Amino acid sequence: MAKSKGNPFPRVFVNTTLVIICLLWLIPTLGLFVSSFRPRDDIMSSGWWTVLPHRVWVTTEQFKPDPSIDRNGVMTFEGASGTFEELRQGVESPDGKRVIWVGNKRAGTIQVQEQEWSGMPATTLQNYHDVLAGKDVTIAGNAEEAARKGEDMSDAFINSMAVTFPAVVIPILMAAFAAYGFAWMRFPGRKLVFALMVALLVVPLQIALVPVLSDYVHLKLNGTYMSVWLAHTGFGLPLAVFLLYNYISTLPREIMEAAIVDGASHFKIFWRLVLPLSTPALASFAIFQFLWVWNDYLVALIFIGNVPGVQVLTMRLADMVGSRGSDWHLLTAGGFVSMLLPLIVFFSLQRYFVRGLTAGSVK
Amino acid sequence: MTLLNPDADEHSAELARARRRRNRAIFTLLSGIVAALVLFEGFFMLRDSQAPKLVTALFAMIWGGGGMAILYLIANQLVEFTPSQWQRRLTPVVFVLPAIAFVVYFLALPAVRTFIASLFDRDGSNFVGLANYITVFTEPFMLVTFRNNVLWIVFGASFTIIFGLLVAALADRSKFENLAKAIIFMPMAISLVGAGVIWKFIYAVRDPSDVQIGLLNAIVVAFGGEPQAWVAMLQPWNNLFLIVIVVWMQTGYAMVLFSAAIKAVPTDIIEAARVDGAGELKIFFSIIIPSIMGTIVTVSATVIIFTLKIFDVVLVMTGGQFGTDVIATQFYNQYFVNRNAGLGSAIAIVLLLTVIPVMVYNLRQFNKRETL
Repeated sequence: MAKSKGNPFPRVFVNTTLVIICLLWLIPTLGLFVSSFRPRDDIMSSGWWTVLPHRVWVTTEQFKPDPSIDRNGVMTFEGASGTFEELRQGVESPDGKRVIWVGNKRAGTIQVQEQEWSGMPATTLQNYHDVLAGKDVTIAGNAEEAARKGEDMSDAFINSMAVTFPAVVIPILMAAFAAYGFAWMRFPGRKLVFALMVALLVVPLQIALVPVLSDYVHLKLNGTYMSVWLAHTGFGLPLAVFLLYNYISTLPREIMEAAIVDGASHFKIFWRLVLPLSTPALASFAIFQFLWVWNDYLVALIFIGNVPGVQVLTMRLADMVGSRGSDWHLLTAGGFVSMLLPLIVFFSLQRYFVRGLTAGSVK
Repeated sequence: MTLLNPDADEHSAELARARRRRNRAIFTLLSGIVAALVLFEGFFMLRDSQAPKLVTALFAMIWGGGGMAILYLIANQLVEFTPSQWQRRLTPVVFVLPAIAFVVYFLALPAVRTFIASLFDRDGSNFVGLANYITVFTEPFMLVTFRNNVLWIVFGASFTIIFGLLVAALADRSKFENLAKAIIFMPMAISLVGAGVIWKFIYAVRDPSDVQIGLLNAIVVAFGGEPQAWVAMLQPWNNLFLIVIVVWMQTGYAMVLFSAAIKAVPTDIIEAARVDGAGELKIFFSIIIPSIMGTIVTVSATVIIFTLKIFDVVLVMTGGQFGTDVIATQFYNQYFVNRNAGLGSAIAIVLLLTVIPVMVYNLRQFNKRETL
């Protein structure tokens, strides 16, 4: 990167803007992350940013106002004076205390508060425990709550894995075979078939959901892992074939020809030579497909539907938003449980992912 | 006897080879049938299994991933036993046909079937011609849906491009390039449902007399404003608050591509411009932007396609209420909630028709650059 002598673009400006944007991008996730470690009542009663050290009003003194005082006029306590309405909001005295009227006009009490630095915020792992192990049922007679017990996120996590792993492996394998076929085999209609296959990239998967679902219902396939694998395979194949073809077709011709001269079959060349050589392309598509399937909600929602034992993380999470929208403490931890694996995969394999992105659309 | 007749010797050796070959073919065929049976039975075992979750899941992963590999292997073995002339014809079939079969069944055929369904009424019993399409283009709720998709395309795509360019350009000049990029890029790893949960904490609204636990309303209240129900009020601008979520997620994608493109701009051109006294802003707008125009177009097209199909965010945040329905959620609501198969299918077809031009353009761009 070349830098000119005068550096006409002040570095301070660049870095400040960048820091501001990064903070804007980070804050939403950070908020959820912090919230997930806060006790349930704290989440409901104060914003997550209150865990930062700040000054809070602490009640130091509390007393009943003199009954003879005129409660409709201006009253003075501890040097702070105001009407009842003002005191209800809190009035600050000149020496930095705050006087606040708690309760109604007739039988209320007066609190005198002083500002102090907030201490260590309370933290807990209870939210994660509740989300993973199933919520402890404390609400008596709530059948819905009881029915949900033990069907929580750890099950969904396993389901997500069982859905995602084959839904990544199968399309990659199929696409690699097909890409090799299109790139290195001669058969009539090769170019046309390849073009048609890539053209199917335009079909939004919404179109496929209903006809496929009706077939699945006939075959009693819906609600199984396999239904989702096969669907993701079908939906992911055009892009996979397209990306892998671009890579496999550029492998050096000499290597292929040498192998053919040696009498190796196509299968052997593919398995021993092409697959190992294509690792970067396979890895980038694998990360794509992993993130896509793991994070998918629509396909799982349609093909798994309300079959209880098979639900994946995104479905559980969306369910929690809908049915337990007020259980914020479960949402926070649940959200993070669902992000854990993709974030790990993403940060450890980011290089491949970026390479796949740039190969896919910039080249 | 063999000593007397070398020809016969060769003949019997040939026979033995042929027999071995046949035996191996039969063996492969049998093992293929056994494997197919095991895979088939495995499916029912999985579906009806009472085993612990983890065991079932592990088995499913091996069964699904490995099963496919075995099927390919066996198919190839079988083909290798056919005469070489057939082998040449059949090998491409084994390699290419499974993928073709899948896309035909999961994409091509459904497009046709959905189109046919769109010509019938809500339970598919009566032919109604184009009535569903007339509904799609005239009903007020559909017009709101289309308006929202336009908002999504205009604001979603433009903000993604602007932020992506900004971050890519700035990061290129900063020492913290990798850290900044990783932060901007991170939301791409999160599911849209997860993003919905994250942003619920930003947009949360409480009664004005309570403490606000949503960040945005806390800021508004701190400046003396009234707390707002961001995703429910102020229609149609509440859509913008949903669009922000997707901009937040997609900017990383745009940034990565722009960053790669900016790095590919020849430095000597930029240096020459600097020597001529051009300011950084001028360099950015008259050299860098024109050089990466192709990438900008590709990214725009990709983001437009993505926003056209947007579904999860809207469903999680509002369920399409408060005038936030988009084509994909409207399709879901009509088909699965209202049980109107004809109308739902028509909406899906309209979605296909809107995506096609952008996609064709994108592929053409790509091929153009491929041939360069």
